[in-house]
Amino acid sequence: MAHLEIVDVTRRFGDFLAVDRVTLSIAVGEFFTLLGPSGCGKTTLLRMIAGFDQPDGGRILLDGKDLADLPPEERPVRTVFQSYALFPHMTVQGNVAFPLKMAKTPPAEIPAKVAQMLEGVRLSGFAGRFPHELSGGQRQRVAIARALVTHPTLLLLDEPLAALDAKLREEMQIELINLQRDVGITFVYVTHDQTEALALSHRIAVMNKGRVEQVDEPDRLYSFPRTRFVADFIGTCNLLAGPVTDTTDGVATIAVSNLGPVVVAAGVAPAQGAAGAVALRPEKVRLAAPGTAAAAANRFAGTITGFLYQGDVTMYMVRAAQGHPMEALLANSASGLAKFFEVGDAVEMSWPADAGHYVEDETR
Amino acid sequence: MTRRHSGRWGKWLVAGPPLVYLFVFFAIPALIMVVASFRTPGDFGGLAPLVGADGEIDLNLESYTRFFEDALYAQIFVKSFWYALATTLICLVLAYPLATLIANSERRRRDLLLLLVILPFWSNFLIRIYAWMIILGPNAALARTLNGVLGAFGQEPVSLLFSAFAVLVCLVYVHLPFMVLPLYANLEKHDQALLDAAQDLGANGWQRFWRITFPLSLPGVYAGSALVFIPAFGIFAIPDILGGPDDSLIGNVIKQQFLETRDWPFGSVLSIVLTASALAFAALAAWVGRRGVGRLAAGDA
Repeated sequence: MAHLEIVDVTRRFGDFLAVDRVTLSIAVGEFFTLLGPSGCGKTTLLRMIAGFDQPDGGRILLDGKDLADLPPEERPVRTVFQSYALFPHMTVQGNVAFPLKMAKTPPAEIPAKVAQMLEGVRLSGFAGRFPHELSGGQRQRVAIARALVTHPTLLLLDEPLAALDAKLREEMQIELINLQRDVGITFVYVTHDQTEALALSHRIAVMNKGRVEQVDEPDRLYSFPRTRFVADFIGTCNLLAGPVTDTTDGVATIAVSNLGPVVVAAGVAPAQGAAGAVALRPEKVRLAAPGTAAAAANRFAGTITGFLYQGDVTMYMVRAAQGHPMEALLANSASGLAKFFEVGDAVEMSWPADAGHYVEDETR
Repeated sequence: MTRRHSGRWGKWLVAGPPLVYLFVFFAIPALIMVVASFRTPGDFGGLAPLVGADGEIDLNLESYTRFFEDALYAQIFVKSFWYALATTLICLVLAYPLATLIANSERRRRDLLLLLVILPFWSNFLIRIYAWMIILGPNAALARTLNGVLGAFGQEPVSLLFSAFAVLVCLVYVHLPFMVLPLYANLEKHDQALLDAAQDLGANGWQRFWRITFPLSLPGVYAGSALVFIPAFGIFAIPDILGGPDDSLIGNVIKQQFLETRDWPFGSVLSIVLTASALAFAALAAWVGRRGVGRLAAGDA
C-alpha cells in the first residue's frame, strides 16, 4: 500500500524550476532515498512533504489524504535536520520531551517515554546534558530520538550524516538501518552521497535538475542505470558515447570515437542511428598483457597512464590506442603482487557484450 | 624576552589606556564621592574642611542618618524605581516586535531600519526633550484633539505637559533605542532551523515564540533592560523639563543637592544609594533570570 504519494509535484522559484512534475509512490515501512547533486530539488521536495514549502502544482498525499491544507505542526511527519537543530537552551531531556509537550501528553507520562526513547538510541544517562556537551554522533541520535518519540508514521531525514566524519558515518548508517527496521516506519532520506544511498535504501529516486531520472532498488540502479546521468552519478563509470551503427539479435554496436566499435547487449533495442552510450563499470573491464587476453566481444589495446592504489583494489587509468580515456578496477586479491601494472605498460582491455549497459544519451 | 612575556606586555599596552582612563575619571571620583558622603557640609555649601579647627578628622554618618530618618527620600527612591521599571517594561514590549522585524528584514532594508533607530542620537538630547514640550503642549494637535473628545463627554480638559504622563512618554522615547539595539543583535543571530524544527515537532506560532525565540533572546533582554533601567533610574533632565512639581525623581533631588542646596555630603549619600540599589536590582534580575532559564533548560517550564 502506498504510504506517501507525490503526484505531479512542481515547484518554481522565479524562473528556476526546482522540482519538475515529480511523481513518486512510497510504501509503508520503506527506506526511500532521494539522491542527487546539490540543486537537484531533493531538499525542496522534502520541505514540501514536511510542509515548510508549498508545491506550485501537484499533490502530496499521506495515507490517501491530501496534505496541502495542513501546516507543518499538524502533519504527522517528523524531520531530522542536517544541522540537527537541537534546542541549545534545553537539555537532552527537554529536547526529547518537547514534541510530547506539544502533543499535550499528560506530564506524568513524559519522563518514561523520554527515558525509553533515549535507551533506544543508546543515550541513557545523557538526559541532563546540553547539546553543546555532546559529540556529533550523540547529537544526531538525540535529533532522531526527538523526531521519533511521538511515533510518527513518516520520518524525513535531510542529509543527517553529512556533518559526521567517515568512520562515524559508517557506524550511524548501520544504526539507521537497524533503527528503521526496529521501528518499522517509513523513512524518506535525502542525500547527495551515492554510497550512503546504496548502503541504506530499499529504493532510490535519482534526481537531476528537478526531475526524477530513475527510481529503482540499489543493485538495479547500479547495474542497470537507465540514463547517462544515473550511470555517471552512481559509482564511477566509463561512458562510451556514439551513434548506434547496428542492432542485431539484441546486440547493438556503437561507434565510439577515439576507441572503435563497441558491442553491447542492449535490453531495449535502440533505433539504428540513435545517439547512445555504453555505461561500463570499471570493475567489468579486464586488463591483460598484450596478446594474452581471453576471447571477448570487445578488445582494445591501450597504455597505463596512472593508477590509484586503494588497498583492496587498484583503479587503473588507461589510454586506448586511439586516445579514449578508460578506467579499470582490479581486485588485488587476484594477485600475489601488490599490483599488476606500472605506468607506461602496454595492456589489452577486454569485456564481454553483456558487461556494459546501454543508456540513452539524452542531454537535457 | 620570551613570547609569553611579549604577549603579556601587548595585553597591557592595549588594555592600559582605557584602564587608566577609568581609574582617573571613574574610580577616583567615585572614591572622592564616598569620602564626601561622610564629611560635613560647608557653611556656604560644598564641604567643610576635613581636618576641623580642633585638629580632629571630621568624618561622620550624619548625612546617612538624615537619609534614613526622612521617609521622603525613600518615597522618591521608590517612585523613581517604578518610573524606571515601567520605562523598561514599556521599552521591552515596544522594542521586541521592532527588533524582530529588523532582524527578519532583508539586508538592505535592515541597514536602513537600524539607521532610523539610531537617527535620534544625531540631535541633541535636550533639544529632543524640548521638542516634546511642543508635541505635548496645550496648543498642539494632540492635546486639542484629546480635550475636544473629553469636552464632548463633559469632562474637564487635561494638561499633557508637566505631568507624570509626559515624563514617562519621554523616558520611553529616549531609551527605546537602547532596548532595540541589543535585542536586534541577539535576534539577528537566531537560527531559523530551530524554529523549523519546533514547528515540525508540533509547536504553533505562540509556542515557538515562548519556548524557543524568547528564552534564546534573554541575554538581549537583560542587556537592553540594564541599558534602559539604570539611566532611567537616575535621570533628572526629563522630569525637570516635562514633569510637574510632583514628578521629581531621585536624579532631580541629587542634582538639587549638588547645584542648588550645595549640600555635597547628602548629595553623595543619595548618589551612593542610587548606584547601590541599581546594582542590587540588576543582580537580583540576573539571578531570577538565570533560575528561569535553568528551569526552561531542564524542560520543566
